[in-house]
Amino acid sequence: MLEVKDLRVSIEDKEILKGLSLSVRAGEVHAIMGPNGSGKSTLARAIAGHPSYTVTGGSIRYDGQDLLALAPDERARAGVFLAFQYPVDIPGVGNSYFLRAALNEVRKHRGQRELDAMEFLDLIKGKIKELDMDPELLKRPVNEGFSGGEKKRNEILQMTLLEPKLALLDETDSGLDIDALRIVADGVNRLRNPQRAIVVVTHYQRLLNYIVPDYVHVLVEGRVVKSGGKELALQLEAQGYDWVKPQTVAAH
Amino acid sequence: MKGTDVLLDQDYKYGFVTDIETDTIPAGLNEDIVRLISRKKNEPAFMLEWRLKAYQRWLTMTEPAWQRVHYPQINFNDVVYYSAPKKKGDGPKSLDEVDPELLRTYEKLGIPLQEQKMLAGVAVDAVFDSVSVATTFKKKLEDAGVIFCSFSEAIQKHPDLIKKYMGSVVPHSDNFYAALNAAVFSDGSFVYIPKGVRCPMELSTYFRINAADTGQFERTLIVADEGSYVSYLEGCTAPKRDKNQLHAAVVELVALGNAEIRYATVQNWYAGDKQGKGGIYNFVTKRGKCAGAHSKISWTQVETGSAITWKYPGVILQGDYSTGEFYSVALTNNYQQADTGTKMLHIGKHTKSTIVSKGISARFGENTYRGLVKVSPKAEGARNYTQCDSLLIGDRCIANTFPYIEVDNHSARVEHEATTSKISEEQLFYCQQRGLSAENAVSMIISGFCKEVFNKLPMEFAVEANKLLGVSLEGSVG
Repeated sequence: MLEVKDLRVSIEDKEILKGLSLSVRAGEVHAIMGPNGSGKSTLARAIAGHPSYTVTGGSIRYDGQDLLALAPDERARAGVFLAFQYPVDIPGVGNSYFLRAALNEVRKHRGQRELDAMEFLDLIKGKIKELDMDPELLKRPVNEGFSGGEKKRNEILQMTLLEPKLALLDETDSGLDIDALRIVADGVNRLRNPQRAIVVVTHYQRLLNYIVPDYVHVLVEGRVVKSGGKELALQLEAQGYDWVKPQTVAAH
Repeated sequence: MKGTDVLLDQDYKYGFVTDIETDTIPAGLNEDIVRLISRKKNEPAFMLEWRLKAYQRWLTMTEPAWQRVHYPQINFNDVVYYSAPKKKGDGPKSLDEVDPELLRTYEKLGIPLQEQKMLAGVAVDAVFDSVSVATTFKKKLEDAGVIFCSFSEAIQKHPDLIKKYMGSVVPHSDNFYAALNAAVFSDGSFVYIPKGVRCPMELSTYFRINAADTGQFERTLIVADEGSYVSYLEGCTAPKRDKNQLHAAVVELVALGNAEIRYATVQNWYAGDKQGKGGIYNFVTKRGKCAGAHSKISWTQVETGSAITWKYPGVILQGDYSTGEFYSVALTNNYQQADTGTKMLHIGKHTKSTIVSKGISARFGENTYRGLVKVSPKAEGARNYTQCDSLLIGDRCIANTFPYIEVDNHSARVEHEATTSKISEEQLFYCQQRGLSAENAVSMIISGFCKEVFNKLPMEFAVEANKLLGVSLEGSVG
């Protein structure tokens, strides 16, 4: 489903990803781990098409098409979803209104009928319960005044609504207490199915106790330096990142 | 899509010209022209005297230059001060007799009078260039005792009300453009709501400048007698022309004891092209007077058009416990300039005012909020709350805020808050990542920004205003 080949990405002329390759098939859950500044978030944001991240080399193919040729909104409608590490406030725009507009854009693209306000309300009510969210959050402006945990849940709420084919979770665990973490992880696990791929970007192994990955990749200095099964995450937790760093990099 | 350099490329939808026979007088301004206008309108002597007094006063005044807008010197002798659709015989007695070409123009503007008569529940007094041609819903309003007619008609039929209230809020000597208007104004609207009457429908006037080189100088006077209520909507469009046109209107509102007037404007005059050529100079004096106790005047404006917008709808809070409100959205795109805000003059005791101003600048637009809050020594317990928010799109536009606060009473409380923000790349990306196009994202963020003001508009107008902002910013993110 997702084929990243030799990807090079720069921000303001500074190269962050230096020839990264990654292959993800439908139905799989991949975890991307690595020390701070290794390029984990850059990978997620480059796949989603953030305008500040310039792709200088390599390719990303998604579902048989050249993902880099698509605008960010086209990627989103094609089923690529990014749960933000730092979800953005949109003052004055009601959360419910925003969610419905997003859902209807995606539904239109899929050739489905758009939902009116009442139908949408019925749909969202159930989802919001699953995530143990305060229904009041639907009435408030998007992310404005939300706590860190509320923002993260709101991201997962959007994900369950939009039902993406490829979900990228960028440090969704940061800032969550253990109960919230479990609720968020349950939300993600409910979405696991043979047609969907999930890529979890995280600094800590903790989240992977709840969202158990099929594969773990370690990123160091913009490249995948090691890949393995879920046990690799435990090993990293116990031993840190130093042992996986290549000699040339570690010598810095 | 790269960055948040928002480009705004929508064609002006109302830029058509109506080919219609007009009765137009020669360009220029002198005493004879003033007399000619008054004669053409068959006015009583008191009106001519008032006009001449204003003209003499105007001659002694100089064009103000303190505002933060830039435009070449206007030659007032190049302006045509009167242009009216030529009448057939004695003029239309009903809509059927109105020039069909004119009615088609209204249809293009989205105000099919015929239909509105039955459907909308909005009475429209349509001002086309200088003469009011069709007034609908007269009957229903008459039954309620409401007078809603053209200014000219009011001069003929209700001279006592005109004599009593015209110039009582904006005197003929008020300022350069108000004096000019008083001398040469050709028509406008008049509303009188009798004691204790709640006007049975929203009143609405569409102004439109059609003829080339014509200045439009309309005058609106609304009087709400004790305990009455009226909501008035004003919408404006003008054809596309290369030359700049002057629009110098005067609006006066009078609210007597316990009366309430809500006045909403959606202004979409032609703004000029992308290089800043052409467009309307919208130099307008709007003021309301809360003359009686517990009266209330509320201005809501959505200003998306005009090359230059320069106006300060204000309220004189004379009656004790009276309330003044000003809710404004001003958008400047391309080379548009706006210097707008309000004046709240607290005179009565326990008077209250609220100001919410939202300025949006894009491309090379320059947007200035200028507001005065003045609390006189007698205004015991006066309260004001002001909030000025500016939103910048791109990095070549300008937003300024000039609040003037003069407080001469120690018990007064005046609050001012101001913010400036940009549509961030991150906000746009977030919306796009959820499947919204860049254009939809920008227009969603902007309507969120304007929400507090849009909430003050009547429902249909809020929808229209939202669309207008969307349209003005379309073509969008480059």
